[in-house]
Amino acid sequence: MNFDPRFSGRKFASVGTRPIRPDGVDKVTGRARYGADFNMAGQLVGRVLRSPHAHAKILKIDISKAEKLNGVKAVITAKDLPDLTDGDAAMYDILDNCMARTKALYDGHAVAAVAAIDARTARQALKLIEVEYEILPHVTDVDEAMQYHAPLINDTIFTEGLEEKPVKPSNVTKRSQFGHGDVHQGFGHADFIVERSFKTEQTHQGYIEPHACVASVSSDGTAELWVCTQGHFVYRQHCAQLLGMEASKLRVTSSEIGGGFGGKTHVWAEPVALALSRKAGRPVKLVMTRDEVFRASGPTSATSIDVKIGARKDGTITAAEATLRYSAGPYAGSWAEIGAMTAFACYKLDNVKTVGYEVLVNRPKTAAYRAPSAPMAAFAVESAVDELAKELGMDPVDFRIKNAAQEGTRSSYGPVYGPIGIGPTLEAVKHHPHMKAPLKKNQGRGMACGFWFNFGGQTCVDLNIGMDGSVSLAVGTVDVGGSRASLSLVAAEELGIDYSQLKAIVADTSSLGYNDMTDGSRGTFSSSMATISAARNAIKILRERAAQMWDISVDDVIWEQGHAVAKREKHGNLGKLSLKEIAAQSGKTGGPIAGHSELVADGAGVSFATHICDIEVDPETGSTRVIRYTVVQDAGKAVHPTYVEGQYQGGAAQGIGWALNEEYIYGKDGRLQNAGFLDYRIPVCSDLPMIDTQILEIPNPNHPYGVRGVGETSIVPPLAAIANAVSNAAGVRMTHIPMSPPRILAAIEAERGE
Amino acid sequence: MAGIAVSTTINGDNIEYLCQPDETLLDVLRDRLGLTGAKEGCGTGDCGACSVILDDRLVCSCLVLGAEAEGRRIETVEGMAHGDQLHTLQQKFLEHAALQCGICTPGFLIAAKDLLAKNPDPTEEEIRFGLAGNLCRCTGYDKIVRAVQDAAIVMKGA
Repeated sequence: MNFDPRFSGRKFASVGTRPIRPDGVDKVTGRARYGADFNMAGQLVGRVLRSPHAHAKILKIDISKAEKLNGVKAVITAKDLPDLTDGDAAMYDILDNCMARTKALYDGHAVAAVAAIDARTARQALKLIEVEYEILPHVTDVDEAMQYHAPLINDTIFTEGLEEKPVKPSNVTKRSQFGHGDVHQGFGHADFIVERSFKTEQTHQGYIEPHACVASVSSDGTAELWVCTQGHFVYRQHCAQLLGMEASKLRVTSSEIGGGFGGKTHVWAEPVALALSRKAGRPVKLVMTRDEVFRASGPTSATSIDVKIGARKDGTITAAEATLRYSAGPYAGSWAEIGAMTAFACYKLDNVKTVGYEVLVNRPKTAAYRAPSAPMAAFAVESAVDELAKELGMDPVDFRIKNAAQEGTRSSYGPVYGPIGIGPTLEAVKHHPHMKAPLKKNQGRGMACGFWFNFGGQTCVDLNIGMDGSVSLAVGTVDVGGSRASLSLVAAEELGIDYSQLKAIVADTSSLGYNDMTDGSRGTFSSSMATISAARNAIKILRERAAQMWDISVDDVIWEQGHAVAKREKHGNLGKLSLKEIAAQSGKTGGPIAGHSELVADGAGVSFATHICDIEVDPETGSTRVIRYTVVQDAGKAVHPTYVEGQYQGGAAQGIGWALNEEYIYGKDGRLQNAGFLDYRIPVCSDLPMIDTQILEIPNPNHPYGVRGVGETSIVPPLAAIANAVSNAAGVRMTHIPMSPPRILAAIEAERGE
Repeated sequence: MAGIAVSTTINGDNIEYLCQPDETLLDVLRDRLGLTGAKEGCGTGDCGACSVILDDRLVCSCLVLGAEAEGRRIETVEGMAHGDQLHTLQQKFLEHAALQCGICTPGFLIAAKDLLAKNPDPTEEEIRFGLAGNLCRCTGYDKIVRAVQDAAIVMKGA
């Protein structure tokens, strides 16, 4: 049976309710097992030695003393992870990032690792490893790295995307461009033009659980890996390729994950743990410290962005242009490209042009962070949009409504939109009570819009019906925020049974077909599509079994509210058979009943949000307080509304931290100065107010229930919404994120002419 | 190095263990006693994921040495439920969806239990400051605060 993914407009019984999540009790009792909560017999403790230098040639590594220390079972360097990437440049970068090969490229870059009988011995062994470095000039700032005389991080890089191949290597790996129309002509028609430059600093996803794994390699070449990850199938592929194994010989089990936000989509420690285990012949547990998490994993790009927007007196934008520079760490990425795609995605523009530059710096390899690259671009664009509204004398919401993209609009990055939620979120904001709440002295209100693509991708689900009629659902997308609950609701809906009759698990890589990772807000979108498909396949079998039990044609059996029903009048006395009754007879009617689905979930609906916030600024100190915060976002269909609200609130809180406080601070020596939660301060409970949410549901036409991804968009508007609020409160345009007290105070004093 | 013999009470049970002088209480709980409910998010007392109650005082177990537990009383998340009866806070965290990834949840439950023991009728602000030593990166704290408010109402009536 071909699966029809189109939106059907059905009435829901389970979807849209708010039951308790299936993994909940384990998580409130301490039973849930995260990355570091798993142990194996004979397990060793792994530790990694990291470069203290931002940029240095590795001349020599002497591991002999460490190897001789009692209790040390293995010491490895890049030599133990030979290059098997076969010309795959992206994989080579991952390999080099896991263990530096010829150069240390950032403070925290792994150079060697040990496995020992306990943590103390492992720490001692690290001190016995002698590394001889030749320190090289470094660069950590995105704008400085683009300068002509900047230290070169990789002399084989020649900027891609230029009309002519450059004659000299540089730190700019790629130029990308998007847009349509003629911006030069468009600006010619503008009555008002705003042109400004913005900067955002590097932030970390800040998941509370450090990276952790247990690797066990057997002498027969098979291996097991327990790991906290957003994508165990992808980890399997990467680890197998880097270790020279067949994927099927490596079984990866995803633990409960203590936050990822994009940061657990990349391997760092796992190939190292496997290599240590292979050499030691024993299982190895490798857990990063918080210092290592900050120095060596994660961060998002730092950016420098120029924006120019012009409009006619009536408020119509005539042209919009942006140049976006994103740091990628020491390896090529596509971060500026994504920023350039998303920058103007909220608007209907005749003339638009964006140019992105990927820039190498001596900082950790940039990783995805919740709608990666979009928040910084939105900060710059939405700040300029606000300023332009002010120049025009228009209300900022009305100005955006006038220029908002609609169904049929050609987006600034190319595709033509289907039904979208930007207009409805703006209308909802316009009429939201928050907009009428009184503001006190030194308080300002700001609002901003945000866009994210959402992804689909390869997905596989097994739905098994037990002989007692209970249903187990095995999915392959890691549950980062309640997807086992939402997918159970979807299965219950499709089968017509109660939520309590189901149990959803995340299956390991040997028990289910390949799944892309939980990223791009795809978890519930794609796995619910596969769950619906699997349930429909199971229903087909259930109908066949009922027909067999009744001895009638399957064409006469329909599935209704969890029961097989004989539909023709001649079968009127047959009544109906419940799923439970059919399952109980399955041994006699053809064996186990299951539904499977393997698909590529196409058609992820794009997502839009508009946020409002009120900020109080102390003009004497520059300190800020968030007074009110409201998120309005299109969910397509909120499967479990409470967890949808949770995604909205969580993204907003991360955005608030980014906007006001969080930043990587590097010293002149190129070393990270604040690699801990004390000095890299994420928002705490007393920093925030309640975060109000409003869920809009504009169905995604490409999903049977209308579902869109909801996880990422919520972090896109906050930087700009808060910057607009702070600018309104302080009376000066803020252009540098985070708006920490010293930066706000400096801006206020500069405005006063002090 | 010789271990230090420690006799202590954990969740009402008399427990004895040997530990090294530089071993934290968190290491002992997790690695020696198999009580992995307390989590290590930072190891420096900044995140609160390892919160336990030590003689009626809320502490980060990563900042306490295992040897310091001698003769003391320790409460961890594993001791909050009675049999299959969840503590009111646990139940309210589930009902309010006050957890997403759940890694910070044991620490928040312990901190909230300590807060309500000392202040059974806290204002929203008192809850926010009372829980400010525990980091959560998923929820924005909104649903956590509501769960604690709701639990306080139920516990007062009990």
